[in-house]
Amino acid sequence: MSGWTRHEGKAVALDRESIDTDQLIPARFMSTPRSEGYGPFLLHDLRFDAEGTPVETFPLNRVSESSVLITRRNFGSGSSREAAVYALVDFGIRAVLAPSFGDIFASNAVNNGLLPAQVDAGVVDALIADLPETGASARIDLADGTARIGDRSITFEIDPIWRKKLINGWDDIDLTHRHADAIAADRVNRARRSPWAFPSGEGHQTTA
Amino acid sequence: MTAQTLLDKLWMSHEIIRRDDGASLLWVDRHLVHEGSHHAFAKLEARGARVAEPGLTFGVVDHYAPTRGRPGRPEIARMIATLEHNAAAHGITCFGLDDPRQGIVHVIGPEQGLTLPGLLINCGDSHTSTHGAFGALAFGIGATEVAHVLATQTIWQKKPAAMRIRFTGRLGPGVGAKDMALCWIAKLGADGARGHAIEYTGEAVRALSMEGRMTLCNLSIEGGARFGMIAPDAATFAHVKGRPFAPEGNAWDDAVATWSTLPSDPDAAFAREITLDASDIAPIVTWGTSPEDALPVTATVPDPDRAPAKQADRVRAALDYMGLSAGQPLSEIAVDQVFIGSCTNARIEDLRAAAAVLAGRRARVPGLVSPGSQQVKAQAEAEGLDRIFMEAGLEWVGAGCSMCVAMNGDTVPPGKRCASTTNRNFRGRQGRGARTHLMSPAMVAAAAITGHLTDVRPMLAGRSAA
Repeated sequence: MSGWTRHEGKAVALDRESIDTDQLIPARFMSTPRSEGYGPFLLHDLRFDAEGTPVETFPLNRVSESSVLITRRNFGSGSSREAAVYALVDFGIRAVLAPSFGDIFASNAVNNGLLPAQVDAGVVDALIADLPETGASARIDLADGTARIGDRSITFEIDPIWRKKLINGWDDIDLTHRHADAIAADRVNRARRSPWAFPSGEGHQTTA
Repeated sequence: MTAQTLLDKLWMSHEIIRRDDGASLLWVDRHLVHEGSHHAFAKLEARGARVAEPGLTFGVVDHYAPTRGRPGRPEIARMIATLEHNAAAHGITCFGLDDPRQGIVHVIGPEQGLTLPGLLINCGDSHTSTHGAFGALAFGIGATEVAHVLATQTIWQKKPAAMRIRFTGRLGPGVGAKDMALCWIAKLGADGARGHAIEYTGEAVRALSMEGRMTLCNLSIEGGARFGMIAPDAATFAHVKGRPFAPEGNAWDDAVATWSTLPSDPDAAFAREITLDASDIAPIVTWGTSPEDALPVTATVPDPDRAPAKQADRVRAALDYMGLSAGQPLSEIAVDQVFIGSCTNARIEDLRAAAAVLAGRRARVPGLVSPGSQQVKAQAEAEGLDRIFMEAGLEWVGAGCSMCVAMNGDTVPPGKRCASTTNRNFRGRQGRGARTHLMSPAMVAAAAITGHLTDVRPMLAGRSAA
């Protein structure tokens, strides 16, 4: 994953609360290998009717090449399916601005370079009221936590750990391997201190 | 030393290092994987990495498990084969379709004694908080995190804030853990506990069986909390003892001694405290498209014109999707089918509660009963519950996630309405256009018999609500 500090693109409003992970990507698409791309599945059952025809009035169908979503509370609530984030990222979305996010979704987002930017509900109201149907220009500055949507400048909140991770594009596995000695020592102590914590009984024996 | 919460104790005993920015690297005692792990194994393969601790990793087929016969569609068979292949390639024990230990991951973990108090348990599934019912630190993770746990047996996590939800008093007859959960979620909202780890306490929580505690902790994520937990007690220890993977002999005694120190200290501070009176809770059903859209079955469908301005649009959209009218009594909503199953409500006690209502009665609508595991299925059959379901006209099928997540081909058709013991009434959750009403197993049984949402309490007269 490559890091980023500034993004310039196009913002579109999704004027709905609680867009959950099952809406972001319906379960039936989730057996697809990631290499095939998840963009077509994004919000599939809202973007397309039962015959597979695009719903013209749906914002993501109206505005092409949108990369910043502005939406309402509880975005990404529900399942831990990272596929919900893959669908957004593969579609081209780099940031979602909302008053609140599902905890697991937000963490998955950051692991894929997608910014879950927390914005006051009142600011979201104003942004959505202002946004033309054709979308508006968007600029996101991760370093100072500001964004410019159309003519409006706003600030957003992001956990400092997540901000750092998005900017650096860190791979956690590489980061963790630097602590290999501490992990190995912890495991030895743990096996000595709490042997019960390793599966035993008649189930099977481990080399605790 | 300052007073500590259950969360503090669990966190501290798993923290390997804490970075200056507050992120903790935590040891993972158990990692449970299901078919959805294919993304994570692919990431591992891409970097040529191996599973660090195959002995602490367990696989199970559940999300795509067929409930009738073998997988009907090639992509479903492929998902199951991929898990079994990945498990075999990395030396991981996997409970496949033909293994009598197979079932829903959050049912079989506790059943096999893989779930213990004091452990940190991860799974790539948001309902992993279920295992918190044992006093474990259990939370759902995404595919990138699954790959990280596979590769390192650790996870980076920022400590959540501690929240206590206390249920005082006693539940009335016909009211259970599902109603307690929907009650607090309706009150606080589907994002009400976001950023928090919930500890459930109080007389009504202590009075719950382990099955009930699992239901309560299971639904934590539906109120926004990634973690839900209950301090272990004698009931917990009795439930765990003798399970296949549970400690034995001296290790058992050491374990119980450690587990007995886990409950929050009496004067421990919580960032948030909520108190609810269990005796006020009635059987609850959902009417909308979020678990927060929940009301006592005796209420009426909300009127968007009377809802707070900020909520009016959402209520209107939910009623439109659900095909309901404002002011309609909830108990007059006719259902097309029922589903009893899922990691929320498919344990033996859930099946007993449904069977207690259905015994000697006929269902007016069709429905599926999918036990949470093959062991639950065998137990239910030994008790004759399968006959009660079948004689009522419901279909008794195999174990898996089934119609809760609608990945295995078990779906609710477009526009059809299902009374369901599951955890999410999201749009399209049970199939495109499906309309889901969440409720307890006893309430689903009542809806099956009358063909509409129904207060189960009068139907329990003269029967023992199991």
